[in-house]
Amino acid sequence: MTIKLRGAAAGLAFLGSIGAAQAQISDGVVKVGVLTDLSGIYSQIAGEGSVAAARLAIDDCLKAECTGMKIELLSADHQNKADIASSKAREWLDVQKVDALVDNVNASVQLAIHTLVKEVNSVALTPGGTSRLTNENCAPENAVQWMWDTYSQVAGVAEALTTPGSTWYFLTADYAFGHQLEKDATAIIQAKGGKIQGALRHPFNNADFSSFLLQAQASGANVIALANAGADSTNSIKQAKEFGFGDKQKMVAFLLMLPDIHALGLDVAKNTILTEGFYWDVDDGTRAFSKRFEAIYKKGKPSQIHAGVYSSVRHYLKAVAFGKTDNPKAVIRKMHELPISDDVVRNPRLRPDGRMVHDTYLLRVKTPAESKGPYDYYQVLEVIPGDKAFKPLKDSLCADLKK
Amino acid sequence: MTTILGIPIQALFGQLLLGLINGAFYAMLSLGLALIFGLLNIVNFSHGALYMMGAFVAWLLLNEMGLDYWTALIVAPIVVALFGMVLERTMLCRLYKLDNLYGLLLTFGLALIIEGVFRQLYGISGMPYAVPSALAGGWNLGFMYLPIYRGWVVLASVVLCLGSWLLIEKTKLGAYLRAGTENATLVQAFGINVPLMITLTYGFGVGLAAIAGVLAAPIYSVNPLMGSNLIIVVFAVVVIGGMGSIMGAIVTGYLLGLVEGLTKVFYPEAASTVIFVLMGIVLLIKPAGLFGKGN
Repeated sequence: MTIKLRGAAAGLAFLGSIGAAQAQISDGVVKVGVLTDLSGIYSQIAGEGSVAAARLAIDDCLKAECTGMKIELLSADHQNKADIASSKAREWLDVQKVDALVDNVNASVQLAIHTLVKEVNSVALTPGGTSRLTNENCAPENAVQWMWDTYSQVAGVAEALTTPGSTWYFLTADYAFGHQLEKDATAIIQAKGGKIQGALRHPFNNADFSSFLLQAQASGANVIALANAGADSTNSIKQAKEFGFGDKQKMVAFLLMLPDIHALGLDVAKNTILTEGFYWDVDDGTRAFSKRFEAIYKKGKPSQIHAGVYSSVRHYLKAVAFGKTDNPKAVIRKMHELPISDDVVRNPRLRPDGRMVHDTYLLRVKTPAESKGPYDYYQVLEVIPGDKAFKPLKDSLCADLKK
Repeated sequence: MTTILGIPIQALFGQLLLGLINGAFYAMLSLGLALIFGLLNIVNFSHGALYMMGAFVAWLLLNEMGLDYWTALIVAPIVVALFGMVLERTMLCRLYKLDNLYGLLLTFGLALIIEGVFRQLYGISGMPYAVPSALAGGWNLGFMYLPIYRGWVVLASVVLCLGSWLLIEKTKLGAYLRAGTENATLVQAFGINVPLMITLTYGFGVGLAAIAGVLAAPIYSVNPLMGSNLIIVVFAVVVIGGMGSIMGAIVTGYLLGLVEGLTKVFYPEAASTVIFVLMGIVLLIKPAGLFGKGN
């Protein structure tokens, strides 16, 4: 079926008779809208880089399956506010006729967007975020979640470090995303016989962590887990070093990404254990993609969000080209049918709940002596196969699946 | 072990000490704000951005010119103060006769522009800045481990705050300044260059913010938003202390650091809001602020 379709589409492209395909595409143009944080704390892991990644995906598709198609790219800053994101998304969908909402970084934005695309029947391509997007708040007919989620971020680390009897203490960012990280981690740790010593909820975007760190230290737990992200994580790690956190208590971060390590410097971040769904220096494919990405972005290597935006948009456009339609549900169905293949993800498979499962990596941050230069930051400790990295489908809380 | 509401008393001491360290930053920043408001009648919303600039100048000095922390502590405030004085001479000076809402809007706009420029140039994740080697390590105080650097921050802040207070309240120059704000025309008639004095005052207030920025660089990540995260809290400090009251700003800065420190132990979720709750209460009971004279 797939091969036949691919052949047919390739034939169409070569014959230059794409006009027929465009007949099914509303207003003759596919519009991809990158809704992201262009100015706030996530603007380095997502932001402009996400726009650049979407650009690259569009360019790549235009050179392949999408030859002759008209594809437009829009971008907007949601300022990490769900209400701004919703109203911008509505304007895009109703007035500008945008076909797919991409990135949607920030959990509260993602939850709002998922509800919206389900309600008005559109498409959301989310590279990562809270695991609720494919569980309680799933929208399998309208949305996919690509690179990572709160479960995959904790699974690798928690599986690797939990031994029966080990004790954990959480520093949790006090909003939907942090709570989800903590919840997902707790389930895995308890299943493996670990014990949760305590958890502390700190305000989002906090600057001084010393007080929280001392409380974590006083708990006597073996592992102090950072269920936060961005500047909250980097400030925690920086200040933990300042307060002389020793070897007795291991510090793990559930959501540190490459740009964060760059900001911390290897001397501070060294030996931190973490998980990512993408690292630029895994193989020739990832290196080639990162090089092309850097040429557009010019501010460093891609984060896993950037890589996820590229891969998901690339696959979405392929599905539009092969399905010859931009009808939301039809494209999502086509995305499920077509095999995923690009330079970014390894052993990918799109599950019925909208979760794309693929290999993720358990990583250790190198010491300054081990690193050969800028962005040579990780040692891959383990490749975690997709089925272990993500929450099993049988445990999914997605109500739409059970219909 | 003695406990208070289930918290060991020793742990409580540790948290109070940490609160005092945060209070040191609040005090330095709110002092500059109070000074500028008191003498120039400008609500300086760009204070946070200038604090951030102080940290960035220190980072640039280290990475571009190889100048260490101690040099930065002197050079960065001078650079930022000069920048501030240019802003004052070219823009702010036109607003003195207008409602202070205009000053607020202008400085708020300036803050957004300065932050935007740094965000564009350096991104949002921030830059690493190491603790100077002379202040690395820490002391074990028995009830907590105190990094030497944090001790230094408190010391530096107390010296700066008291020095500024003495300068304004107890010296002849300070007397001129205070007189200039009361009646500029009269003071000018005595042959004192009031506009120059005002420019220097703005430079001094801004320089204080920059010193706080340099002091903060090794503790927090040096990033373009570090100021905007802090400035709202600092404004609350100034309002609680009483707009324009120098001593009020200093004392309230330290006090609120302590209150915030305690909140982080008893109910961490409220740590970012407790100051605003207090501000609401103070405004209800004593609208001029704790140390304000009110009129």
